[in-house]
Amino acid sequence: MSWQDTLLQVLIILGQSLALLVALLIFIAFILLADRKIWAAVQLRRGPNVVGPFGLLQSFADLLKFVLKEPTVPAGANKVLFLLAPLVTCVLALAAWAVVPIADGWVIADINVGVLYIFAISSLGVYGIIMGGWASNSKYPFLAALRSAAQMVSYEVSIGFVIITVLMCAGSLNLSAIVEAQNGRFGFLNWYFLPLLPMFVIFFVSALAETNRPPFDLVEAESELVAGFMTEYGSTPYLLFMLGEYVAIMTMCAMGTILFLGGWLSPLPFAPFTWVPGLVWFVIKLCFMFFLFAMAKAMVPRYRYDQLMRLGWKVFLPISLIAVVVVAGVLHFTGNAPQ
Amino acid sequence: MSVAAAFFYLFAFVLVGSAVMVISSRNPVQSVLFLILAFVNAAALFLLIGAEFLALILVVVYVGAVAVLFLFVVMMLDVDFVELRQGFLQYLPIGLLVGIIFLAELVLVVGAWATGPGISAAVSAAAAPAGSDVSNVKAIAQVLYTDYIYFFQAAGFVLLVAMIGAIVLTLRHKANVKRQNISAQVARTPEAAMKVVKVRPGQGL
Repeated sequence: MSWQDTLLQVLIILGQSLALLVALLIFIAFILLADRKIWAAVQLRRGPNVVGPFGLLQSFADLLKFVLKEPTVPAGANKVLFLLAPLVTCVLALAAWAVVPIADGWVIADINVGVLYIFAISSLGVYGIIMGGWASNSKYPFLAALRSAAQMVSYEVSIGFVIITVLMCAGSLNLSAIVEAQNGRFGFLNWYFLPLLPMFVIFFVSALAETNRPPFDLVEAESELVAGFMTEYGSTPYLLFMLGEYVAIMTMCAMGTILFLGGWLSPLPFAPFTWVPGLVWFVIKLCFMFFLFAMAKAMVPRYRYDQLMRLGWKVFLPISLIAVVVVAGVLHFTGNAPQ
Repeated sequence: MSVAAAFFYLFAFVLVGSAVMVISSRNPVQSVLFLILAFVNAAALFLLIGAEFLALILVVVYVGAVAVLFLFVVMMLDVDFVELRQGFLQYLPIGLLVGIIFLAELVLVVGAWATGPGISAAVSAAAAPAGSDVSNVKAIAQVLYTDYIYFFQAAGFVLLVAMIGAIVLTLRHKANVKRQNISAQVARTPEAAMKVVKVRPGQGL
């Protein structure tokens, strides 16, 4: 292969990545607005409604506001780590999207161990929070950093076991292959959310805890810790933290969509529905997953910290461990195990 | 120089550089962060030789869990850095001695590996790599759960015993500590917990 071919390949991958990132960021700008609108609707408020029609441009106005503000670093803070932490959060969250198949064959890196890659990247998300909390040299951020370390490590364990049950059914760690394994004659009845419904519930709740969403947002509980690890942050670093958080939430929604809701597959496998491009189905499912996230934020009161830990270690961990054994046994003895 | 070689040198230099920074950095928290950078670069090197499963397991286990707990502990230490550096010269001879012994062992092991008679033949005979169509994960599973199942189980038991040991050593039941009784909390009903009282204005209870 000549160097021109190599260069061309690198340029193509760069272009694809850039296109995906831009599309993802614009999508997230509207997802952020949707989050606030849904929250407002549940509380009988109107939500953001001033910038643009129905407040559609609110996120872009926020972006401008944050970028034009002056970034401040508190005295006594570790300057390098303080500024590195939001970057780590944001870059890691965006990096996870390299392996997410958004439609049939539409994936930047179709690697063999895609599930493991996303799992690894999302387990690194805790570093942004720990570094930010420690580098701020302040009490509340530090307490939040300690909480987050315990919380995110705990719920990773149960997410890992849930993923293992899906992997055993699909017989592959490749995300595209997992979606293909859910393709069948019965449309959405073939998807894994039905046979693995308890696992889907555990995955959803663990995803809430893993991304620090309410009711598990103890990392930034404003009634106890001011604003948690973000207390000392403002302007662009704060924006990067928020962006990273929402990208991580979308990654978890995409994981739920791919593992349990059949990814880009059409829910009804006959003519008018199969004409719709896979990307549309994927985005619809993504929005549905996010709607669940937003409704949980609006409706469920915040957990106490010891209840959170109890739920993770004493309820979810045993259930998911037993489920791994049960699913493996059922697959083996009914002869449905993938070869 | 191919792209893979360029990436190899990049990751290898960052790995060695961050490994040096782990021991030369003044702040223990920074040391742990450099250790994490070293782990990530080692994972990238695994990726380059095609061991993607090992690379990602390294990231999940070491970077995602072990190093987080490490950082957790180091962050909470109240270390006086000036005091920490005072005994440096005192410990230098012992440290140098250990370092030299370790270096000599490494050189001997690596040298024997390269020159030992029959070893290269044995290695090439034993390591019959699975075909390129078999994925990494499958190749590992095929030997781990068949040929090495007893060792695998034994390793699991060792870890289980270690975990139980740690819990037994640290678990203490103090007599006068109030504990949460979750089942009692869940079993409470509004009737048992609340009393609705109608209060007339001006009269009180």
